[in-house]
Amino acid sequence: MTSSTSGPKGKPIEARSQRSQWSDRSFTWLTRLMAFGVAAVLVFIGVQVAIDAMPAIRRYGLEFLVTSSWNPVDDAYGALPVIYGTLVSSFIALLLAVPIGVGTALFLSEDFLPRPVRTVLSFMVEMLAAIPSVVYGIWGIFVLIPFLGPIGDWLHQNLGWIPLFGTAYLGPGMLPAALVLTVMILPIITAIARDSLISLPPALRQAALGMGATRWTAIFRVLIPAAFSGIVGGIMLALGRAMGETMAVTMLIGNSNDLNISILAPANTVASLLANQFAEAGDLQIAALMYAGLVLFGLTLVVNILAEMIVQRVNVYK
Amino acid sequence: MEHTAQHTDVPALRDTETVIATEQLNVYYGDFLALRNVNMAIPERKVTALIGPSGCGKSTLIRCFNRLNDLIDSFHLDGRVTYYGQDLYQDVDAVQVRRRIGMVFQQPNPFPKSIYDNIAFGARATGLTTDLDELVERSLKRSALWEEVKDKLKTNGLSLSGGQQQRLCIARAISTEPDVVLMDEPCSSLDPLSTLKIESLIRELAEEYTIIIVTHNMQQAARMADYTAFFNAEATEDGKRSGYLVEFAPTRKIFDQPAQEATRNYVNGQFG
Amino acid sequence: MTATDYRTRADRARRAIADQTSGPGYFDLFWTGVAGFFTLLALIPLVLVLAYVVFRGFSRLNWAAFTQLPPPPLAPDQGGFANALIGTLIMVGIGALVSVPFGVLAAVYLSEFSQGQVPRWIRFATNVLSGVPSILMGVFIYGLFVITTGTYSAVAGGFALGVLMLPIIVRTTDESLQIVPKQVRWAAIGMGASKFQTVLRVVLPAALPAIATGLTLAVARAAGETAPLLFTALFSQYWLDSLLQPTASLSVLVYNFARVPYEGQQRLAWAAALILVGIVMLTSILSRWATRKQIY
Repeated sequence: MTSSTSGPKGKPIEARSQRSQWSDRSFTWLTRLMAFGVAAVLVFIGVQVAIDAMPAIRRYGLEFLVTSSWNPVDDAYGALPVIYGTLVSSFIALLLAVPIGVGTALFLSEDFLPRPVRTVLSFMVEMLAAIPSVVYGIWGIFVLIPFLGPIGDWLHQNLGWIPLFGTAYLGPGMLPAALVLTVMILPIITAIARDSLISLPPALRQAALGMGATRWTAIFRVLIPAAFSGIVGGIMLALGRAMGETMAVTMLIGNSNDLNISILAPANTVASLLANQFAEAGDLQIAALMYAGLVLFGLTLVVNILAEMIVQRVNVYK
Repeated sequence: MEHTAQHTDVPALRDTETVIATEQLNVYYGDFLALRNVNMAIPERKVTALIGPSGCGKSTLIRCFNRLNDLIDSFHLDGRVTYYGQDLYQDVDAVQVRRRIGMVFQQPNPFPKSIYDNIAFGARATGLTTDLDELVERSLKRSALWEEVKDKLKTNGLSLSGGQQQRLCIARAISTEPDVVLMDEPCSSLDPLSTLKIESLIRELAEEYTIIIVTHNMQQAARMADYTAFFNAEATEDGKRSGYLVEFAPTRKIFDQPAQEATRNYVNGQFG
Repeated sequence: MTATDYRTRADRARRAIADQTSGPGYFDLFWTGVAGFFTLLALIPLVLVLAYVVFRGFSRLNWAAFTQLPPPPLAPDQGGFANALIGTLIMVGIGALVSVPFGVLAAVYLSEFSQGQVPRWIRFATNVLSGVPSILMGVFIYGLFVITTGTYSAVAGGFALGVLMLPIIVRTTDESLQIVPKQVRWAAIGMGASKFQTVLRVVLPAALPAIATGLTLAVARAAGETAPLLFTALFSQYWLDSLLQPTASLSVLVYNFARVPYEGQQRLAWAAALILVGIVMLTSILSRWATRKQIY
C-alpha cells in the first residue's frame, strides 16, 4: 500500500500561491473595512445631521433649546415644547410600562404556569415589539382615541383642578400617545428583565427559599436586587426607544407646538415634529428641524450608551 | 543526509529518516512558559505517541507541528521546529504547512456537510484537479469507513456515530495526501469498540504516513506506538504548570526499562 | 434520638412552617395576583390590535387591492395598494442589497478575524446604532441623498431602510457565527484551508440557517417601517417607473390614509396594515419555528 503517496514527501514547503495569499489578505481587509464602516455609520449620522443643522445652530444657538415658538412665517424656531413633549411622553410611558413589564417578566420567569404556556406567552409579549409602529398608529386613531373619550371627559370634569387634567379631552394628545408608547416599550422591558431573572444562578433562589423565605420574599429581597442592573439596562433601552418612537406618536399626539402641562391636551415630540414638517419645509426650517433632530440624536445616544454600558456590565457576570 | 544528524539525542532512531524535529524548543503563552527545552526527532512512517499527565504540554507540542498555535494571540516560541530540515517558523506559510501535516482532533469535528463534501473539501480547497469520486472512495476505504457509508455519501457527516465521525475525520485528513498526520487524543471521546477500530486503522496508516498521536491512555500508546515520548509537568511559582520532555525512546523501552525514574513511576501508574 | 422525639420535632417544625405560610400566604397570593394581572394587561393590547386589524382589514382584501392604484378621495372601495406593495418590496430589496453584504462581512470580521478591544468597541457602536431612532435614519439619508440627487426616490428610501437593518444584521450574523464550534474552524484550518476558504466554505455555510433566520426577521421589520421613508421615498399615487422618483410604500400609505376623512381610503389603510402585520407576524413565527432545528 505505498502507491499514491510518492507526492512531495521531503521536498521543501513551497510558498503559497499568490492568489491564495492575496485573497486571504484582501478578504480580511474587506471585512475589517466593513466592521469599522458600521461604527463609522453611527458617527456619520451625527456629523451629517450636525452639518445640515449648522445654519440653525448659528442663528439660534442654545436659545433654541429654551424658546417655545415654532413659526415658519417669521423664521422663529424653538424646540422647548417638543423636547418637553419627548421627555414627558417617554416618562409617562416608563411610569406605566416598568411595573407592568417587570411584573410580567416575574410572572413569566417563575413557575406559576406550565413551561409551554410560559413560552407561548413570552413569545406573544415579544410580538408586541414586532407590530409596526404605523399599525399602532391607525389602531390608536380609530380605536384607542374614541375609547379614551369618556375617561378623558371624566378626568377633566372631576379632577380638572389638577393641572395635569386641566384641559378638555380633544382626542389626539399626550394621553393616547403615551399609552401607545407604553405598549410599544413594554416588550423591551419584559424581555430584558426576564432574561436577567432567568440567568440568575438557581442557587440564589434555593438559598433564599432554604432560609425560609416565601416565594415573593425571595423575589423582592433576593432575585430583583440580583437582577437589578439588567432590569435597569432594559428600562434605559426602553427609554431610548420611547424618545425616538415616531409614527404612532405622530398619529396620536395632536402635533401642537404649544407647551401645555395637561396630558389631555395635544402636544408634540421631536420625532413627530420631524415626521410632520420635514417633507414640506423651507431651507431654514429644514435646518431648524435638523437641529431638533440633532438634539434627539444626542439624547438617545446618551441613553443608549448608558444602557449598553449597564447591559454589558451585567453580561460580564454571566 | 544532513537532518539525520539530528538524531543524536536518541541514538536508537538512527535507522530511519527524521520527519519533524525540535531543537531547544520553548513554547510560551504570553509570559508563561508552557513547554520548555524540547529536543526530539520524529521518525518517518512510524507511530510516535506523546504521553504524560494533563498540563504537560503534549497537545501544545503537536499544535506547534502544524502551526495551529498561530491561532492563539499570545502564543510564541523560540528554538526550532523543522520538517525535513526546513524550519517551519521561518519564511514558511502556515497554510502550506498544514497541507503537508494534517490533523485529527479530540472531538470528531466533521463539517456540517455531506460525507462526500467533507472528504472533497481538502481537494477543492487546495484546487486539486483530481477525480473527486475516486478520491472520496479511496480515502474512505483507507480509513475503513467505505463499507459503512458507501450508500449514503450524500447524508450529513454529523448524522454518523461518534466512531464513524472520527474515521470520517481521519479520511478527510488523509484525503489531501499529507506526509504527517497529527492526532490529538483521537479516541478520548469514543467507546472502547470504536477506539479499537481506530487503533488498528492507525497501525495500518503508519505504513504510508508518519503518525504523531497524543494520548493520555498508556495502554493505547503501548499497543500502537513504535516510539513514545513521555512528558511531565511541574508547578511553577505562580501555580501554573510548565511541561518538559522527560524521555523519548522506542515504546518497548519506555514501558519495560525506562531510563528515568519519573517515567517508570508514570507508566507504573504511580502518579498522574 | 428516639422515634417519638423525632416525630414531635418534625411536627413542631411543620407547624412553624404552616404558621408562617398562613400569615404571609396572603402576601404571596396578593403579589402573584398582581403579576398575573400585569401579564394579562400586557397581552390585551396584542389581542386588541390584531383583532381590529384583521376585523377592519380583511374584508377589503380583494383582487383590486393587490392590482390597482390608490383610489381618489371620494371613491368608496375602489382601487388598491399595488404600487405601494411594489414600492415596499423594491425598497426593502435595495435596503437588503446594501446592508446584507455590508453587515455580514462586518460580522465576519468581528467573529473571525478580530482581536483585543477593537471588536468590543465595534459591537458597542453597533448596539448604539440600533438604538438610533429610525426617523433619524431618514434625516441622515435626506441630507446624504435627497439633497444631493434633488429628488425623493426609491433608492433613498432603500438606503434609509438599509441603515436601519444594518445593526440588526451585524448582531444576528455575529451571534450565529459564534455558535459554530471552534473545532469546525480548526478542522478546516488544520487541513490547510486558507482563512478565506475556512470562512466562506465552512463557517458561513454552517451558520447559514441561523443567519438566514436573522436576515429574514430584519427584512420583515424593515418592511413595516415608516419613519425612515417619510422624507426619503415620500409617497406616490402612481406606478413606479424609475428608481429615482418619489415612491409609494405600504407603511406610508397607512400613515397617509389613516389621517384622511375619506372612508374608502381609510378602509384601504386598514387592509395595508393587515398586510404589514401579516408579514411581520408570519416571519416571526416561522423563524421561531426554524430556529428549533439548527445544526448546532
